[in-house]
Amino acid sequence: MVPTAWHARRPGAGSGPVAAVSGSAVSGRSTGPAVEVEHLHKRFGDFAAVRDVSFEVARGETFGLLGPNGAGKTTTISMLCTLVHPTSGGARVAGADVVGERGKVRSRIGLVFQEPTVDEYLTAEENLRFHAELYGVPPASLGPRLDQILEMVELKDRRHEVVENFSGGMRRRLEIGRGLLHSPRVLFLDEPTVGLDPQTRAHIWTYIETLRRAEQTTILLTTHYMDEAEHCDRIAIIDHGEIVALDSPDALKAAVGRDRIEIAVPDAHGAIAALDERLGVEATVSEGMVAFYVTDGEEFVPRLFAESGLAIHSVRMSRPTLDDVFMAYTGRTIRDAEASAADHMRTSPHMLARHR
Amino acid sequence: MASVVATPAPPPSLPPVAEVREAGGTLGADLRGVRVVWRRELIRFGRDRLRIVTSLVQPVLFLLILGEGLSVIARTPPGVSFETFMFPGIVGMTVLFTSVFSAMSIVWDREFGFLREMLVAPVKRWSIVLGKCLGGMTVATLQGVIFLALAGAAHVPYDPLMLVELVGIMALMAFALTAFGVLLAARISQMQSFSVVVQFFVMPMFFLSGAVFPLAGLPSWLNALTKIDPLTYAVDPLRHMVFERLSVPASALGRLDPGISWNGWRLPVGAELGIVAVFAAVLLGAAMVAFSRE
Repeated sequence: MVPTAWHARRPGAGSGPVAAVSGSAVSGRSTGPAVEVEHLHKRFGDFAAVRDVSFEVARGETFGLLGPNGAGKTTTISMLCTLVHPTSGGARVAGADVVGERGKVRSRIGLVFQEPTVDEYLTAEENLRFHAELYGVPPASLGPRLDQILEMVELKDRRHEVVENFSGGMRRRLEIGRGLLHSPRVLFLDEPTVGLDPQTRAHIWTYIETLRRAEQTTILLTTHYMDEAEHCDRIAIIDHGEIVALDSPDALKAAVGRDRIEIAVPDAHGAIAALDERLGVEATVSEGMVAFYVTDGEEFVPRLFAESGLAIHSVRMSRPTLDDVFMAYTGRTIRDAEASAADHMRTSPHMLARHR
Repeated sequence: MASVVATPAPPPSLPPVAEVREAGGTLGADLRGVRVVWRRELIRFGRDRLRIVTSLVQPVLFLLILGEGLSVIARTPPGVSFETFMFPGIVGMTVLFTSVFSAMSIVWDREFGFLREMLVAPVKRWSIVLGKCLGGMTVATLQGVIFLALAGAAHVPYDPLMLVELVGIMALMAFALTAFGVLLAARISQMQSFSVVVQFFVMPMFFLSGAVFPLAGLPSWLNALTKIDPLTYAVDPLRHMVFERLSVPASALGRLDPGISWNGWRLPVGAELGIVAVFAAVLLGAAMVAFSRE
């Protein structure tokens, strides 16, 4: 799934091309994928939080790690952000090794944590300035950059207000803006919309989309909301620390397969017989409708009308959801998985230990 | 050298992308980190007027009420009131509490997540610790300066040179105490533990420092403890600077401002401050090590 090439490209004994990459933003951006993860493992005691995770994220891609709470998403992202040491395996982020070149990785990434990390006693602008200083944003370009970021996240008119007065959604926007302030090549969003109301969540996603187009930033995010995973170019479904599926949302759904079609007809039993005879599909009666599965619903519906000879009052077609995908790969719904993960957390205390 | 990114027609509402070069991991970047962490402490201090006022209440209570009350039984020679004796000690107390409290805000930052924002930044950890210590030093010294304004109430003259000396000593002890607090904060994850720190470290340090009673004629076990307390070596210079400006009979001076003696050798003020400086350096180093492992 992942080429092993980056091992070969890794320079031997601290010499070689990596030093040349450090100079400017241009060289790092110009080659290679944004994130390369290879055989990443992490154990906490005898608990394997992440097992043999490998994937690659192309530059400019929005990549999602989807899975229930406790599946290993945050641990994976923490290793990529150099906050947690991998037990084995490796990864390169924006061209730098997450173990050997932690400083380089940190200066090239933006991070938005699951928990809020703004200083409530500072104003929005002061929070951004603090970040800019720590990330070495040149003073000359800071002014325009601040204006731009505040405008992007629509906090320009409240820039001098103390964050204490901000709503949850405003804080999140400020944090996302802050994560982008130093023009990171890869932006990590750990559950960017957790704990927000649906309207604010939708709003945050509009921002993320807009920002991505404007800044061409690679985005790697985690989520346990199925509908949010739809925003990603590709998603990796992660369960019990392992990637169980990795593809675009559409491809994943196509792999699970089949669209569900329901038709309303006067005579259900006659219709079932006709469908079997003329179109070769096996239908059942479900809640007063005749329901069946086909591989390509869009192509099937015209044939249904042309060839079945049935008097159809209405047709409803539904595509498989990512919930169906999760179900297909793990045998559980994500909600069931979260319930059992919570049980597991209760019985293995080392998972509760906060790892930084 | 800003890089250029080809942006395919951003939505009209967005301004053009201002490119930012990545931080270099240089000494300059680390020093910028020191400065911004320091500045944050000042901004927060300036914004928290209530804290400035409330942290003055305790020393004022000690000076006026405890000082006045104890003066009934504590006989001081004519011309020297008990409040005057206590004043330098209370200055030390103000700095002690403000410094440790300031350092403890790291625990607060940890609980509210902001510590993460600092720890993941591409600057060296020592720069965060140094910035924090300089910030705590500045804040505690400012708080001490505010308290110095009450010198008149304790019959201490507003001698300019004395005030400068006191501010210098306060700054040194504040730095050492903030470093001490930061070192403790590295090991503490909950704000509730703060009271443990106060009970087991701050209060004993305060009582043993000679802030409330002179370190003369004490039982030997107590005498030994006072000499282990690093704060002793900061409070004595404070008192010495104040008593230099008073006309106190030599006999009374020996009782009220006895200084610190090691085996009969009276330490000069310079040596005392040197000891504080060594403590500051060791604590700072230990705090840096503790946070680089975090």
